[in-house]
Amino acid sequence: MITISEPASEKKYSPFLEVWRRLSQRLTALAGLIIVLAFLILAIFAPFFAPHDPIEHSLGHMLAKPSWDYPFGRDELGRCIFSRVLYGARISLLIGLMVVAIGVLIGVPLGVVSAYYGGKVDFVVQRFVDTMLAFPGILLALTLIAMLGVGLANVMTAVGISTIPIYARLARSAVLAIKARQFVEASRSIGASNLKIIFRHLIPNSLSPIIVQSTLHMATAILWAAGLGFLGLGVNPPTPEWGAMLNGGRLYIRVAYHVATFPGLMIFVTVLGFNLLGDGLRDALDPRLKT
Amino acid sequence: MTGQYILRRLIITLPVLLGVSLIIFTMVRVIPGDPAMVMAGPHATKDQVEQIRAQLGLDQHPVTQYFLFLGHLLRGDLGTSTRTALPVTKEIMARLPNTLLLALTSILIATVFGVLTGIIAGVKQNSKFDYLSMLIALFGLSMPVFWLGLMLMLLFSIELGWLPAVGADSFRHLILPAVTLGANSTAIIARMTRSSMLEVIRLDYIRTARAKGLREKLIISRHALKNALIPVVTVIGLQTGILLGGAVLTEIVFAWPGIGRLLVEAILARDYPVVQGVVLVVATMFIFVNLIVDILYAYLDPRIRYH
Repeated sequence: MITISEPASEKKYSPFLEVWRRLSQRLTALAGLIIVLAFLILAIFAPFFAPHDPIEHSLGHMLAKPSWDYPFGRDELGRCIFSRVLYGARISLLIGLMVVAIGVLIGVPLGVVSAYYGGKVDFVVQRFVDTMLAFPGILLALTLIAMLGVGLANVMTAVGISTIPIYARLARSAVLAIKARQFVEASRSIGASNLKIIFRHLIPNSLSPIIVQSTLHMATAILWAAGLGFLGLGVNPPTPEWGAMLNGGRLYIRVAYHVATFPGLMIFVTVLGFNLLGDGLRDALDPRLKT
Repeated sequence: MTGQYILRRLIITLPVLLGVSLIIFTMVRVIPGDPAMVMAGPHATKDQVEQIRAQLGLDQHPVTQYFLFLGHLLRGDLGTSTRTALPVTKEIMARLPNTLLLALTSILIATVFGVLTGIIAGVKQNSKFDYLSMLIALFGLSMPVFWLGLMLMLLFSIELGWLPAVGADSFRHLILPAVTLGANSTAIIARMTRSSMLEVIRLDYIRTARAKGLREKLIISRHALKNALIPVVTVIGLQTGILLGGAVLTEIVFAWPGIGRLLVEAILARDYPVVQGVVLVVATMFIFVNLIVDILYAYLDPRIRYH
């Protein structure tokens, strides 16, 4: 919840400036922000930064060690790992955004409705959520992949669906806390409709935990999607996806460590960036959520 | 009161178990195309497809199918693997002990290191140890488990030659996979222990203990820890369940013959009875671990029972 903590001054209050002020005071959060921004820039401008074609192979140079021309070396098909890693950032960004979009767009309304209406609706939705949460970690995504088959769209759908219950829980508890507040009561007493109360009051006021969760979920989504890629259940070759690249390099780890090392390092740094930023945002948006 | 609480928790567990069975039942039936044909593969004859269809009971009404499925489940019959023609129960039982061994060793490592680090970091808040350990914990949270596994293998097996890289023949084979799998949980447990410690240390009763002039060591070990560790128990329990499912990636990296690897092999071979069976077993174990954690939590923290 973005609350105004200082008395109104002459300057116009901006919640964004306030969050930025708090965020910029934390070194770790700033580091996270820088990593995330670098990731976004690399992903968006991959064709500009990449020195070579990411899918052009050259069997004569397979597993070549890092050099000036090929900073991360070449993979098992002689492709430029640096270029593939850059293009891989695009795939990871796309996966992260789609997964969070699925989770938020389905999970949040589910949680809000569940909390707002309560009773039987709440009971049914919560048992549904319980059931989905009964699949530990990546297992639900794996199960869905078994059903849907491999491929990028299916990976995004599978990981996205498995985050729905988490958003539903989060939105539910946020709304339950706000629902009892006086301004909601006041709004109802002047005749506001359920929909108006939900969209004007409940959702905007429960945004903070959802924003924090979404940032942290970008990390989880990238991690899980890479995990599925690593298992050979992700994108189809020759798409440069980080997990699949790691899987390819795994077989050559004894002779060419760099093939598996660099894609893994990229996953690690990117996930770390989103985790740092998420932690920082949590502290900046709502210190009470601090763990 | 505790009895009532346990009963209430058990009653909530039932629909969840049914829900899980329904999801898994639906799973095989909504595969795009004809599941029997998908399972039989492109070179199967019409008879073989029909045989699989009958084997799965796909020729009957969906509701009948679900009750048949439940009936088989209750008798411990998970069907037959289309890949090996062995009963799924047998396949799972052959691999399950390996996964349990791996997951339990991991959680043991994670608990010992996580709780110790968390306590020290919490007691010495804002110290160098606190900053460093929490930074490492954040690294642990962000590390892809399969990459960590490969890097540990690269260092300790290939470069140094201290530990075997793959397989499950001896205790030495267990070390790398267990450390890999436990890294993430260690980080989560350390962070939780630290924050729980920080919360408890600020409470009035600790101030009272200090005012009484008790030694700091005694305050931490006798007063603070008892309450601080209650939420940590929940996290440890949850992590135990998550590790059972999360072992998939670690098992693949280290060629560990557990049910995670069985699951991936089954998915790739479209062996749906095995996929169904493994998912069901893991989800059920997870539900029961959570149930035990909840009951334990109510036992440790009486406020929960009266809620």
